[in-house]
Amino acid sequence: MDSTTQVAANGQAPKMVAKDLVTDQEVRWCPGCGDYSILKQVQTVVPELGIPRENIVFISGIGCSSRFPYYMETYGMHSIHGRATAVASGLKASRPELSVWIVTGDGDALSIGGNHFIHILRRNFNVNILLFNNEIYGLTKGQYSPTSPEGAVTKSTPNGSLDHPFNPLALSLGADGTFIARTMDRDPKHLQETLRRANSHKGTSMVEIYQNCNVFNDGAFFIYTDKETKKLETLMLESSKPLIFGENADKGIKLDGFKPTIVSLADGASANDLWIHDEKDAVKANILARFFDNPSKENHLPRPFGIFYQEDRHCYEDQMNNQMGSVLTKKGKGKLDELIAGKEVWVIN
Amino acid sequence: MTKTNEVLDSVAIRFAGDSGDGMQLTGTQFTDTAAILGNDLSTFPDFPAEIRAPQGTLAGVSGFQIHFGSVEINTPGDYCDVLVVMNAAALKANLRELKEGGIIIANIDGFDPKNLRLANIAPDQNPLENGSLSKYQVFTMDVTKITRAALANDSGLGVKEIDRSKNMFVLGFIYWMYNRNLDHSIKFLTEKFGKKPDILDANIKLLKAGYNYGETVETFTTRFTVEPAKMAPGTYRNIMGNQAAAIGLVAASEKSGLPIFYGSYPITPASDILHELSKYKHFGVRTYQAEDEIAAICSIIGASFGGHLGVTASSGPGIALKTEAMGLGFMLELPMVVIDVQRGGPSTGLPTKTEQSDLLQAYYGRNGEAPLPIVAACSPADCFDAAFQACKIAIEHMTPCFMLSDGFIANGAEPWMFPKSEDLPKITPPFITEFNADGKFLPYKRDEKLSRPWAVPGVKDLQHRIGGIEKQHETGNISYDPENHEFMVKLREEKVERIANYIPEQKLDSGNAKGKMLVVGWGSTYGAIRSACTKARAEGYDVSHAHIRYLRPFPKNLGEILNNYDMILMPEMNNGQLVKIIRDKYFVPAIPLNKIMGLPFTSHEIYDKIIELLKVEETVFASNGATK
Repeated sequence: MDSTTQVAANGQAPKMVAKDLVTDQEVRWCPGCGDYSILKQVQTVVPELGIPRENIVFISGIGCSSRFPYYMETYGMHSIHGRATAVASGLKASRPELSVWIVTGDGDALSIGGNHFIHILRRNFNVNILLFNNEIYGLTKGQYSPTSPEGAVTKSTPNGSLDHPFNPLALSLGADGTFIARTMDRDPKHLQETLRRANSHKGTSMVEIYQNCNVFNDGAFFIYTDKETKKLETLMLESSKPLIFGENADKGIKLDGFKPTIVSLADGASANDLWIHDEKDAVKANILARFFDNPSKENHLPRPFGIFYQEDRHCYEDQMNNQMGSVLTKKGKGKLDELIAGKEVWVIN
Repeated sequence: MTKTNEVLDSVAIRFAGDSGDGMQLTGTQFTDTAAILGNDLSTFPDFPAEIRAPQGTLAGVSGFQIHFGSVEINTPGDYCDVLVVMNAAALKANLRELKEGGIIIANIDGFDPKNLRLANIAPDQNPLENGSLSKYQVFTMDVTKITRAALANDSGLGVKEIDRSKNMFVLGFIYWMYNRNLDHSIKFLTEKFGKKPDILDANIKLLKAGYNYGETVETFTTRFTVEPAKMAPGTYRNIMGNQAAAIGLVAASEKSGLPIFYGSYPITPASDILHELSKYKHFGVRTYQAEDEIAAICSIIGASFGGHLGVTASSGPGIALKTEAMGLGFMLELPMVVIDVQRGGPSTGLPTKTEQSDLLQAYYGRNGEAPLPIVAACSPADCFDAAFQACKIAIEHMTPCFMLSDGFIANGAEPWMFPKSEDLPKITPPFITEFNADGKFLPYKRDEKLSRPWAVPGVKDLQHRIGGIEKQHETGNISYDPENHEFMVKLREEKVERIANYIPEQKLDSGNAKGKMLVVGWGSTYGAIRSACTKARAEGYDVSHAHIRYLRPFPKNLGEILNNYDMILMPEMNNGQLVKIIRDKYFVPAIPLNKIMGLPFTSHEIYDKIIELLKVEETVFASNGATK
């Protein structure tokens, strides 16, 4: 169990409501930005966690999403481009009892901050990463990002982007992340539930949030969020449930060896033959993360949302404290004068 | 046979061999023993960047010079009196460091045809045989052969392992030559190889064999004695710069009550601070080897935000990478210490060689107006004080603070009359736990130092947000207001300038308070300048020495001191950096003296320049009919 939630269980946390987390700062995102929804869901979920707000820290890098800490009545730091993960690592290592949240974007986390991103995942600090993915650079007004699809026409790519995009979840799994999830700004319930799960996971929780930039990349994810297409194009993952999607929940995913195939339940396929989602299965999680087809492709797989993978693995900060504790037990508390004097001294009279 | 004994004031010995020959260990063992015997001393390790360059080649030569004496020792010695060489390449690379008439002790085995070829010496030009060393006293010994013979029967070691221990034979011999006992080294070996009795026995046996060799072999008829130095009364230890810096940080941690969080990425010559601190977990020190230089400094920003003392160290290229984050630390106004153990630059430059060429980087190397305080260490032991003072400034003035060291003092050693912890000043972090305005908390409300209060996560009701964007005075809220920006830039600069009210005034290291010439130095040139000035003054020249520790802000009285002399000479191991700042700030015509060879100044180089300038002045005065 998360140490921060233990504090709450002891009854020390005052009751908090969403408006206790609102600051006196005017929110300055563009009207209609997906960030508003994410802020609202975070402000809804955090009071439920029972963590006193003075024990919560939001750390961000640079980008539209990184203004987030200014709007949360907690401790916060708006750091520099790409480095929120590195700043958070130092904070969590020195103050493990704090609840640390990282707010970052696709450019911040995956381009300029790519190195720190993979390293925080392998170290597995107990923090939550909210990666707002809008597949565009918004704050710099519309250049393609490391998640923009090939061919994306943007301010810096008038003839189409040449870059192959990152698949953030496959990247996170590759870095041995212990909690990998995807959700979206336009499904408040799903977003809230994912945040709850992310917080209760002990380790680095990596939550990719599809977020609409209505100014520079409007509609990038409409196919997954609009009523008409959502059911057909998304696959909502539920633990221990078969992978079913489609207009009338009439399609399923079956594993043919390691190859996922779409079967039609209406045409007689049995739900018993379908892939049953197991959050603990790393092999299957890797296959799921590769459900990443361009939706314009014929017979493409639906895009999964939910918790892809969860694993319990020791956290860096705990290991660090254990090591310090065992050295302390073995050597006793260090004495400064002995350290200064060293092993051999001589006296001159 | 009888051996004569000669008493000397001071001796400089240079051990040189292949980088696999263990010359650094030999040198440090001799150093530790000299220290314990009460000599004043100074050392200079000089090694290649490659861990094992091709064996026997010039590129692979590793050297260690120790200067020890019964008199005051300020430098590792301009030239050595004794050159110990394990092979031909070592002789070729180091001969120019030996005084005329000096002693060469050579391992014959290292001068065989193969070694001559590797050192690019023609087979018929073996320097031990062709008379080219006639200016020196040459003693040869077949170290390899003797070593193998000494361990032939019962050591249980293979030839490779036996050969690897031959430095102990050499060390033993030099101990004999200088009348030193073997106790310290035996103790050291016992600790190091306690679990490997074969290797321990072999090393001790060779150490003694070397000593006895001196005793019995007739070639060596003279031994030398160097009495203990008349140093100030007190308790001493021997210390290297990086070690002293690490201990200084721990002392500051204890005196401030802040645990240290040390985030760092391996880089020569700063890594030893990380190695050292990683051993101090029982002092509450957290060390974190980050994925890169940027993550290293960002991790300490996180730790400082959390109320710990964040410290990072690197060298030139790594400092360049940390630049943006230092700007963030400056804007956040959080205490952090950034140690730059300078090395030859630019770019990768000369990783294992020394230089003072990062001063301008430390001074100006950030975007925007972002002045940071800078403290420079001037000797190995002084790294303790410099690190401690950098922490004190950082914490009490809520700012990142630079500490400058360099490869020379980081790896060099000297005796240190160390302080008692109770005599170190207390450091007071400006923590805050209550509102500081009407019913609210203003994170950028300032005290008389102009520094802001430090509210750390976990403190109830003081939740606040800080960031790199320009902030409104006192509230810290984002502000793009033009007047506010100019006000804040000037306020932050004034905050750093005000540190001058809290640091000691500049003192003269030696010489008259007014006069013809002041030599102004900073950092590791201290010993060479001190020696040069002492010598020049002894010959009647009017020269004084001031060494600047606080490079930003400068001590308040520095300008006044500079104006007391006709001439200012500024030796620096760079192309003239502090001299630019001094001229800019004080409008004085300071004269640079630059050495950019990856090597420290010799005191002679500085002495010669002093004399040259003072003689010119004399000539000019003479031709004007003036008196001296």
